[in-house]
Amino acid sequence: MNVETQSPAQPIVVVENIRKSYRRGDQEIPVLNGIDLSIAEGEFEALMGPSGSGKTTLLNLIAGIDRPDAGRLLVAGTDITQLGDVDLSRWRSLHIGFIFQFYNLMPVLSALENVELPLLLRKMTRRERREHAMLALELVGLNERLRHFPRELSGGQQQRVAIARAIVTDPTLIVADEPTGDLDKDSADEVLNLLEQLNREFNKTIVMVTHDPRAAKRARSIRHLDKGVLYNEKA
Amino acid sequence: MEILRLIYRNTLRQRLRTVLTIMGMAVATLAFCLLHTLVNAWYAGVAMASPNRLVTRNAVSLIMPLPLSYRQKILQVPGVRDVVYARWFGGVYVDEKQFFPRIAVGPSNYFDLFPEFVIPPDQMRMFLTQRNSCIAGRKIADKYGWKLGDTIPLTGNIYPGDWQFVLRGVYRGATTATDETVFLFRWDYLDEAVRKATPLRSGNVGWYIIQVNDPVQAAAVSEAVDSLFKNSLAETLTETEKAFQLGFVAMTEAIVVAIRLVSFVVIGVILVVLANTMAMTARERMPEYATLKTLGFGNRFLAALIAGESVVIASIGGSLGMVLSFPFAEVFSRQLSTLLPIFHLEWTTLLMSFSLSLGIGVISALLPVWRATRVRIAEALGHIG
Repeated sequence: MNVETQSPAQPIVVVENIRKSYRRGDQEIPVLNGIDLSIAEGEFEALMGPSGSGKTTLLNLIAGIDRPDAGRLLVAGTDITQLGDVDLSRWRSLHIGFIFQFYNLMPVLSALENVELPLLLRKMTRRERREHAMLALELVGLNERLRHFPRELSGGQQQRVAIARAIVTDPTLIVADEPTGDLDKDSADEVLNLLEQLNREFNKTIVMVTHDPRAAKRARSIRHLDKGVLYNEKA
Repeated sequence: MEILRLIYRNTLRQRLRTVLTIMGMAVATLAFCLLHTLVNAWYAGVAMASPNRLVTRNAVSLIMPLPLSYRQKILQVPGVRDVVYARWFGGVYVDEKQFFPRIAVGPSNYFDLFPEFVIPPDQMRMFLTQRNSCIAGRKIADKYGWKLGDTIPLTGNIYPGDWQFVLRGVYRGATTATDETVFLFRWDYLDEAVRKATPLRSGNVGWYIIQVNDPVQAAAVSEAVDSLFKNSLAETLTETEKAFQLGFVAMTEAIVVAIRLVSFVVIGVILVVLANTMAMTARERMPEYATLKTLGFGNRFLAALIAGESVVIASIGGSLGMVLSFPFAEVFSRQLSTLLPIFHLEWTTLLMSFSLSLGIGVISALLPVWRATRVRIAEALGHIG
């Protein structure tokens, strides 16, 4: 059963009849079976579901890092299924801030340089990049750790650097894949507080995949995916 | 700018692996430089050859002599400016291992045709005034500690007997490509002794060196000279000095081919080593490449990142090998001075080595770049499900 969210704000994500399957040897494994979904601007949406339910696949499709087999994906006003690889890369750099479960920071770059990284794709001077990156790190409370390398930071701090990297370009949509999955309770709370703050104070639209019901409760709405079908639940 | 910093830091990430690869690259480049220099040394005589000098020898074989009387006839050929002659002496100095070319030369203006042998005028005067005088190249004079006025004894083998020569001159090469290991003495001294011991062998020379007015006339002069002695007891074969020297090299061509082959095998081996290093590196960093792609970086950025690291490793290793090749070439030059008198690293060898290093860097990156650019982000991140 597919359920549409009623939202007074303009939808920033519109998913229409999306299908996706993977091949494992000769076998074709369906993951998403005709999903419909609409996410309004300023939403904080949690996607929950058991392993293999297709929630990460759906997140990847919304973020434009994977392609559906069928269906339409309108994100930030663009049908991203129609974009070529180069245009899709450019589109991601402009509209998506991605937060990974395992932070995915560049180990050879300092916190500041990691946050600066997405800005290399913008026409900015080095000084402007530095200023933006420092501001983002200040926002996540890491202005004291600018020169530290990922190996010198705790898991929670690394995830906060990853959040700073995700927001530094001021993206239209922030997607987070199990952002607290690798963190202890305190660090997870810090990260969730940050995401809440980004949503409430800066009106950032966030889609978060999580296993953790406590994390999901921080979202404004929760949806469940099971066997490729989406169910709605208000938080 | 930023990408260079990323390349630099990535290069230093697996330090042991990078250092070992650089060392491997350095050793391979060193081996290539030395082997290439060895081949060049083989061809040194060819490189030294003058375009306005021809060599006339017995058509049957170089070891067969030519009569001295041919000189006057050759001088009459149009286009010939001068003719000198030489004869291989052989002989032994101290023992068989002490090898350097020993050649009897004549007439008195022999050295006018070889301006690359620079001899002080006073030494030349002394050489011409004393029959048993000799001139030695700087390298052998230094090696054996010979000084002007020293008597140098040789034991004859082609021309049996005990021979005594007085060193009256030491020549220097006009360029680094000039062989400074030749021992030259007067042909009339040799012929005088031969006439006494074996009169039938006297009045002969080993080969003539002809100076032509114009190198363009070389072919015509060669033909004219050879036609002069057609159907005689000692027919001649005249060719350019370069062709004459190439004839010597051709006798050992298989060795040269083998050395060339080995030098390129060395390059092939290091190419495989670096390609393997880069493949391992790229495989380990695939999630990082996927992250960069997620952030919006395109394939060109990834290609530059991987190829940049590969080229940095290859060029550092290559440069190190090139720097090391100078002292090694010096040692080789000293050790092989009698066999290969011209053993110099040439800038063309260095340029070729550096180009090969860069090429290896680029080629080694091809497969990892191809993989990194083709990988699906979701797959590389391991986030499917």
